Amino acid sequence: MLERVQSERTQSDRTMIDIRDVTRSYGSFKALDNASLAIREGEFFSLLGPSGCGKTTLLRMIAGFDTPTSGSIAVDGQPMDGIPANRRPTNMVFQSYAIFPHLDVEQNVAYGLKRLKLGAGEEKRRVEEALAQVSLTGLGKRRATELSGGQRQRVALARALVMRPKVLLLDEPLSALDKKLREQMQVELRRLQQAVGITFVLVTHDQYEALAMSDRIAVMFGGRIAQVASPKEIYQRPINRQVADFLGGMNFVKAEIVEENGASLVLDTLGFGRVKTDKPKAFVRNGGNATLGIRPERLRVLWDNAAAKFEVAGKVVERHYFGEITHLIVEIPGLEKPLSVTETNDFGADDIPVGTSIRLGYDPEALVAMAD
Amino acid sequence: MTAIRRFLPSWLSSYAGLYILFLYLPVIFLPIFSINTAATPKFPLSGVTLHWYEDLPKTPALIDATWNSLIVGVSASILSTVLGILAARSITRYRYPGRRTINGLIMAPLVLPEVIVAISMLLVMLQLGLSLSLFTVVLGHVLVCIPYSMTVLTSGFEGFDRSLEEASADLGESAFGTFRRVTLPMVAPAIISSLLVCFTISLDEFIIAFFLTGTEATLPIYIWGQLRFAAKLPGVLALGTLLLFASFVLMTIAEILRRRAARRTQNEGGLYA
Repeated sequence: MLERVQSERTQSDRTMIDIRDVTRSYGSFKALDNASLAIREGEFFSLLGPSGCGKTTLLRMIAGFDTPTSGSIAVDGQPMDGIPANRRPTNMVFQSYAIFPHLDVEQNVAYGLKRLKLGAGEEKRRVEEALAQVSLTGLGKRRATELSGGQRQRVALARALVMRPKVLLLDEPLSALDKKLREQMQVELRRLQQAVGITFVLVTHDQYEALAMSDRIAVMFGGRIAQVASPKEIYQRPINRQVADFLGGMNFVKAEIVEENGASLVLDTLGFGRVKTDKPKAFVRNGGNATLGIRPERLRVLWDNAAAKFEVAGKVVERHYFGEITHLIVEIPGLEKPLSVTETNDFGADDIPVGTSIRLGYDPEALVAMAD
Repeated sequence: MTAIRRFLPSWLSSYAGLYILFLYLPVIFLPIFSINTAATPKFPLSGVTLHWYEDLPKTPALIDATWNSLIVGVSASILSTVLGILAARSITRYRYPGRRTINGLIMAPLVLPEVIVAISMLLVMLQLGLSLSLFTVVLGHVLVCIPYSMTVLTSGFEGFDRSLEEASADLGESAFGTFRRVTLPMVAPAIISSLLVCFTISLDEFIIAFFLTGTEATLPIYIWGQLRFAAKLPGVLALGTLLLFASFVLMTIAEILRRRAARRTQNEGGLYA
């Protein structure tokens, strides 16, 4: 709820980055294939995909380090064609951080300000402010070589933010940090973005990172943008199996289309029987079949006489313990692949013996139809 | 077995000691005999004097040779460092077919017999109609200096994170500004180191200078000429001592700078920090 209020405060419907039909080819290879995207002002936007999907290429073209083979990019209404990186209203946090090793922290942060000729007082004030924003106050005189990975990352952030860019570009900024620090920085980055209200564009291959920080996510595969939506929608209503798979575990069940109309689909499945689901916005049927998906955590074990309106019955064939959760692999008669089920351990799912016959309950809302 | 274990360490260290002695004993004789009052290098020393050193500046031929050496050294070191920068930058920064071959060809003069190189260069120079002068010596020295300059510069440029230059551009700096504020300060130690190494090599180089010089002698050639006269030997020894000392100092500074450059360009802030 709080999140929503904050988002509405910083976000507007104005387009900050307008990417139109952008293609980047290297010979016959297309790193980016006809991508179009409108990133809004004040938005935390993530480009998510496996390596080689074109997300970094797109980011570097926004920054001006790469040029589209065709198509155009505009930032804040200004076409960026032919404008070099040093004259764009964007700043970048590099994957390697690219901290200047021959300068100290303050000099690094002030690097871009030097050209603006602000006067010593104003420059110092802005450097201090930027260092405070990233909680590095007092470390200004440290040399770059004396900093930890997390601190370098903060210097890179401060150095970019101090320029007050219209857009901050982040190229896998957390990939070099260990898990704990990474999770802490996710929260901090999100908080910082809310505080400064600048449009952030993050490139990442980590779906949890994208889900945790973004207002919207573009999922990319093979140079194409597969889906653009909010984290919740991307996770719960993935447009196809590839997106569903990339965002986390998903059970896929073969389905036959019985009925299709404007808003809904009726599917026949083995195991789940006849199912009526919402039709995804971009659903285009491909023959008479479709795929029905359900996330492992949306299936729950029904104990003893507990009943659910919708349930499937099967037999546990594997059990994997993960501390707070247990993964069960459950064979369902009629399904070619067993279902995977994630259950929290507070009710003893970790004690279910392999071979047990169990019933699984689900909410039909959790079923998602995908085109084949 | 245990006996071998016990004796091997002491054997190894005495072997190492002997080896070092063999390497440096002749070098130690040089300064020792250069302060001997007698002209013949023989123990025991007949007395200690700085007379031979005092005589050095009073020899016009020696002064000329020193100037010639300085001119050749400075020109050769600048020229080979400039060429070295271009080659090292291309080899460390870009990936293209033939990169290794080109690198190998540039490094080859290091192992080619110098006499052969000198003779071939002489033939080429004469074919080109160049008359032998300090200029031809400079050309020859550039050839032998480039492998050293390349070694120093590639170690300084290697690992230069390209995103540093991109970061500079991203922060609004122009291409020239980026070169001045980022690239140059980062590689300056390597460049100075290369200049010093090349200068030292040129200063000491004999064979190529011997073949390619006209009437103007460089220092090693002057020394070679003086060796015919037994009475001049102490002066040669004194001069040799000074050259030795200068080379040692220059090479030490060069190595310190090279290491500093290598440390700098390795952007530890990277992925594995």
